[in-house]
Amino acid sequence: MFEAVLLTVITAATPLLIAAIGELVVERSGVLNLGVEGMMIMGAVVGFAAANMTGSGTLGILAAILAGIAMAALFGFLVLILVANQVATGLALTILGIGFSGLIGEAFIGVPGLKLPQLYIPGLSDIPFIGPVLFQQDAIVYISFLLVAIVAYTLFRTRLGLVLRAVGDNHGSAHALGYSVIRIRFLAVLFGGACAGLAGAYLSLAYTPQWVENMTAGRGWIALALVVFSSWLPLRVVVGAYLFGAVNVLNLHAQAVEFDIPSQFLSSLPYLATILVLVLISANRRLTLVNTPACLGKPFVPDR
Amino acid sequence: MRVELIKRKEQSRKMALLSPLIAIGLTALSAAIIFAISGHNPLLGLYKFFIEPLTQQWSLEATIDKATPLVLIACGLSVCYLSNNWNIGAEGQFIVGALFGSVLPIMFPDFETSATLPLMLVFGAVGGALWALIPAVLKTRFNTNEILTSLMLVYVASLILDYLVRGPWRDPGGYNFPESRLFSDAATLPDIFGGAMSLSTPITFLVAIILAIMLGKTMKGFEIRVMGESPRAGSFAGFSARRLTLFAFALAGALAGLAGTMEVSGALNQLLPTISPGYGFTAIIVAFLGRLNPIGIIVAGFVLALSYIGGEAVQSSLGVSNKIASVIQGLLLFYVLACDTLILYKIRIVSRRASSGEVSHV
Repeated sequence: MFEAVLLTVITAATPLLIAAIGELVVERSGVLNLGVEGMMIMGAVVGFAAANMTGSGTLGILAAILAGIAMAALFGFLVLILVANQVATGLALTILGIGFSGLIGEAFIGVPGLKLPQLYIPGLSDIPFIGPVLFQQDAIVYISFLLVAIVAYTLFRTRLGLVLRAVGDNHGSAHALGYSVIRIRFLAVLFGGACAGLAGAYLSLAYTPQWVENMTAGRGWIALALVVFSSWLPLRVVVGAYLFGAVNVLNLHAQAVEFDIPSQFLSSLPYLATILVLVLISANRRLTLVNTPACLGKPFVPDR
Repeated sequence: MRVELIKRKEQSRKMALLSPLIAIGLTALSAAIIFAISGHNPLLGLYKFFIEPLTQQWSLEATIDKATPLVLIACGLSVCYLSNNWNIGAEGQFIVGALFGSVLPIMFPDFETSATLPLMLVFGAVGGALWALIPAVLKTRFNTNEILTSLMLVYVASLILDYLVRGPWRDPGGYNFPESRLFSDAATLPDIFGGAMSLSTPITFLVAIILAIMLGKTMKGFEIRVMGESPRAGSFAGFSARRLTLFAFALAGALAGLAGTMEVSGALNQLLPTISPGYGFTAIIVAFLGRLNPIGIIVAGFVLALSYIGGEAVQSSLGVSNKIASVIQGLLLFYVLACDTLILYKIRIVSRRASSGEVSHV
């Protein structure tokens, strides 16, 4: 029983974790992309469609990542090249993504999907309890752990990470030092798109292997909240994502046990929890001000 | 090739008027491409989508019906966006307003007086305002990001609506369908001009005019614009950012709630599990296309409403999915935001070979 609960926590947490770690990198570079939900849903539909047509889960995942990148490129062009308002453009990306995914996905409603296989890590997967929970997952779950490790290391232990954070904290100085602020931000935005696309693929290829319209159900927005929750630190994103995974599972199991609580109330728990967490974090000024990228959301036009 | 932006000395008035038109043109071009890709004659598609609904009386009336809630919600949102308050939860405020407005006709169906309808409208506005004040208070009190909280409340609001119409508010004589009882005549918003339009349309028109005067001619309007463009200058003038946040959210919520009540009272006549085809989100596009100006918003609301009707038209006549409407709406917002760059900047395309010689100005 406990094993089963942990397994569902991991499946619920993985898409949030991947999308949030991508957005964390974007925000560390000083860009606020509110279009995570739109990139994620495009990843979900394109991933499902590609896997369905080619019969290959790997190709599905790749296609989803490309879809996320394409959406992010659109956002990057408007926000970084044309200096459009970041908040409004992010919203536009979400609205467009939801619309486009509905149009593309119409042919795939009710079509049986393809579920990513579980990969058994030899040796480790035989360990009792830990084995089935941690080492008998699908590829995307392993990738999510890998992503966190790579992002955490790159941000704080490499030159690239230092430059990225410099661009996010003070784009004027970074520009004066000769770094191309726009190019670095564009790459960060594309990375965020790739992550969001991958997170979408997880939803339609592993979480519920089918296409349902609006299947992201606000997860992109929750991922954005997780970045705030983490106060822009990668390891805290893991904590946040798994906490939310747990809330989600609480909801599922409570519905199965049939407590005398309306199901709609349980379904609203993740959203209410998000609000609560945001309030608790933002009320603590010290925590938020230390790590918030100082140039977050501010436009940059290089003067030549 | 490189794109360079050169800041204009002042905002270009010509471009401020032209940019929404360019955006609409580009959207139509994109729509034609989508029609062509899905194997239809692009010109016929464009005609069916954008022109034909304007040629028949019934579709023109349907367009005005759809434009009404969009304009009303977008008017409120424009006050939020002008003052830098990012309320994106109008959809939730619309729903909660509709719920508050439905309290009288559903829980007290025998209360049928001439005061019923005005009371419902007041309830609706209050409900929407209260719902909108949640993210506003969290922002002013705890510094919580209003974008995320206002959006999360949309999901909560639609779950509350779902619970009520399937639970306590389900019509006792309705064969277990998830819908409320029908509103009595006293609780129904009347049609005017011989049924050509609902009373909600002139009410919305009036609100837009009042708002245009408020924004353009009064101190409050000045305060809103100053605080949006330069909060520091505003605070020297003695304006309070906190009070303005509460005001902007409450106003936007009240108008969205009013729109919600008028929609259930005038168009649906009962509560259903879904009462809006995303008006609260489409209104964001309307607000930007209308350049955050109530008069512009009236025009923009009509354009966006046309996209709903056009979507249904191409579905029934050409067999194109009506999902194309939401794609076109999304593209339109993109183009609007991209074209707005032209107001503040000159765009210069520099070719890589000769960065000083061959330049073309736009």
